[in-house]
Amino acid sequence: MEDSSRSPDTQGPSVPLREGLKAAWPICVGYVPIGLAFGVLAQKAGLSLGEIGLMSLLVFAGSSQFIAVSMLNAGSAILPIVLTTFMVNLRHLLMSSSLAVYLRRLGRGWLSLFAYGVTDESFAVNLTRFRLGAWHWQQALVVNQIANAAWVGSSLLGGAAGQFIPSGAFGIDYALIAMFLCLLVFQLRGGLYAVTAAVAGVLAVVLALLLPGNLHIIIASVLAATIGFALRRRYERGEG
Amino acid sequence: MNQTHVLLLALGMGLVTYLPRWVPLFLLSGRKLPRWFTDWLDLIPVAILSALVMPELLLSGRPPELNLLQPKLWVALPTFLFALWTKSLGGTVLFGMLLYWVVGMVV
Repeated sequence: MEDSSRSPDTQGPSVPLREGLKAAWPICVGYVPIGLAFGVLAQKAGLSLGEIGLMSLLVFAGSSQFIAVSMLNAGSAILPIVLTTFMVNLRHLLMSSSLAVYLRRLGRGWLSLFAYGVTDESFAVNLTRFRLGAWHWQQALVVNQIANAAWVGSSLLGGAAGQFIPSGAFGIDYALIAMFLCLLVFQLRGGLYAVTAAVAGVLAVVLALLLPGNLHIIIASVLAATIGFALRRRYERGEG
Repeated sequence: MNQTHVLLLALGMGLVTYLPRWVPLFLLSGRKLPRWFTDWLDLIPVAILSALVMPELLLSGRPPELNLLQPKLWVALPTFLFALWTKSLGGTVLFGMLLYWVVGMVV
């Protein structure tokens, strides 16, 4: 940063906004088709426009919202959906833990607002930039909130236009998979990451065949990261 | 499912989603984390993303069964290569959707 007199906590709304927008637009492009798809499916499951918007605003976690809609369709009660949501979104625990390293000086109010916007995508984008160094919590917060606006807005649009869009149109069912594939590519920063990804993928598939629900995601992730960590330790020891 | 139910559902889902996002920020942001823990956390994103996407590509149905013939899986290969090549999140989403759409019309 050129202006060294600027303290990190100075309110400088113009630059964080512009930089945040620049970082957030791919997330928005990713979210809009998914939000539309969610709105369409939720509308078909019998949710009103207000309920769709409320769910996107309160939950802000795509995959669990899709799961909720499919469970609603299958006639599920509230508690199983909430428990499944908890299991599916427990992965954010790990993401927030990683982000905490970069948000050390932040006050509790801002932290609480920031926490609301931690998603797979905002996490991947913000962490990548924090790691590069020149990233400020205000810019990261802008990324979170822009992504949130795109999510809520597009799910409302999907809910409103839902009856006009046949299911499966425009390959909309594939948006989430394509997004995860690309975010996975972003995370493949070396051989160790590729091995960890392969282990996690195989474990997740095997566990999904054995266990009910979505427990396989968190179990496979924790096991694969632990195996990768052990490999890193062994490698470092071999080097040293 | 009436309105009160959906409201309760959204509130419940919102709460259990927010807590895991908030607790680590609240507890961990004030302190320096040990090296082993940050090293381990460093591998979590790649593991999670793979664990999310692989069952989606390789399994189908309920209860899930291995299905290696589904278009989802075969569209993933060019989509993955496209992501590697362009490093564009938005572009990859659009590319994957387009390809899946076209394959769906042909198959």
